[in-house]
Amino acid sequence: MDGTPLRVVLAKLGLDGHDRGLKVVARMLRDGGMEVVYLGLRQTTDSIIDAVEQEDADVVGISMLNAGHLTLGPRMVEALAAVGLDVPVVIGGIVPDEDLPAMAAAGVAGVLGPGASADEVVACVQAAADTRS
Amino acid sequence: MPGETRSIADLVAAARGGERRATARLLTLVEKGGPVADEVAERAWSALGGRAGDENRAHVIGLTGPPGAGKSTLVAAWTTRLVERGCRPAVLAVDPSSPLTGGAILGDRVRMAEATAAGVFIRSMATRGHAGGLALAVPGMVRVLDLAGFDPVIVETVGVGQVEVDVASTADTVLVVVTPGMGDAVQANKAGLLEVADVFAVNKSDRPDAADARRDLELMLDLSDLTGHGRSGTGTGARPSIISTAATTGVGVDELADATDAHLTALVAAGALAGRREDRWRAEVRSHLDRLLLDASRSATAGPLPVSSSPGAVARSLADGVADRLLGHQIPGGRTAGEPAEHEGGAAEGDR
Repeated sequence: MDGTPLRVVLAKLGLDGHDRGLKVVARMLRDGGMEVVYLGLRQTTDSIIDAVEQEDADVVGISMLNAGHLTLGPRMVEALAAVGLDVPVVIGGIVPDEDLPAMAAAGVAGVLGPGASADEVVACVQAAADTRS
Repeated sequence: MPGETRSIADLVAAARGGERRATARLLTLVEKGGPVADEVAERAWSALGGRAGDENRAHVIGLTGPPGAGKSTLVAAWTTRLVERGCRPAVLAVDPSSPLTGGAILGDRVRMAEATAAGVFIRSMATRGHAGGLALAVPGMVRVLDLAGFDPVIVETVGVGQVEVDVASTADTVLVVVTPGMGDAVQANKAGLLEVADVFAVNKSDRPDAADARRDLELMLDLSDLTGHGRSGTGTGARPSIISTAATTGVGVDELADATDAHLTALVAAGALAGRREDRWRAEVRSHLDRLLLDASRSATAGPLPVSSSPGAVARSLADGVADRLLGHQIPGGRTAGEPAEHEGGAAEGDR
């Protein structure tokens, strides 16, 4: 880091209309000094990839409250890798503890659950960014 | 972008070939500022033929208006239509950074999903607060988008704050978006935003008071005709056109695309395009010079100062030192003012 703010793409992936949490996270990251490219609801892996590519993003944050994380989390990671984008994915939302190993194995860089503080959110995204080559 | 190991020269070549990822990376480098941005700027300048006022470059359209006027929604509908007409539009959407934390929420893409799907290249940009930075970065980023074959290049800014208005108003064509309910004819005659427009869009024109907003604008333009002022913006001597739009339903979007095209055609016909672009080039020179002056000034005032002297007296006593710094020493960021950047073979890896 040299003082340039991290750029984070935030989105809801698939059919999940609950975006309150994502908006809170956007504000936390903004107040943590990051630049949030907010995509909002009903995004697809393709639309997220377009945004990541055009915005030259450092991290992707996906919010999931519909129990789709085991399907869509890995799919997002694979979709980015398939087009050669080495950008870490952080998942926020309802992810049961027993699913955490599967998320890590799928290459998800971080998981944020309910009650995560602003500092934890910022630190998790920063840590994800720091894992890049 | 992590894993990017190509040199700037390679990135420029790839961007010219239409590679979006290389284009995005170059935009990041320009936005960052400093010597790397200078190198990108030099290479892009040469690659584009290196001539101020060149009429063959992309049509640059500045779009501004008050918050909530529907700018992003209108841009989405308009650029999607431009793609249907065979154009390759790009959008640079500028939003403010928080002055306290430096962070920003860039929300323009929320309303531009349709345009993204149609293939419009959209880049969000935060103002990043550093004085003069926006005025330097935006023209550089526009040049990169031009280099990558995008035409027109649309720069969208919130019409609050002089810098934001300036950035949009240095375009070939300035589009100002207003909405019904903005205020009466007196508001429309206040100096500022409305004076720089070549084309007006009265958005949300499906609202009942849209006719009033349009009439207020017409009245304002009538008064401009009367006094002969407030029209220096158009460059053609023509009265700005007013297009009624409703971005959410697509009403007026075709007319808007026609109006911005017509303005460019009128600029060419009036022989004013090259002049307008030379003015923009000159403003860019000024921005670069401002940056050097600002760096020297910051640097000169960073240490202890005689607190019993008046601010003006201290500044006058420091002026010689500032001049020395400008003439070749101690400019922050390493490179001295008179020395060309070391360009060859600089890799873009690990730049942030």
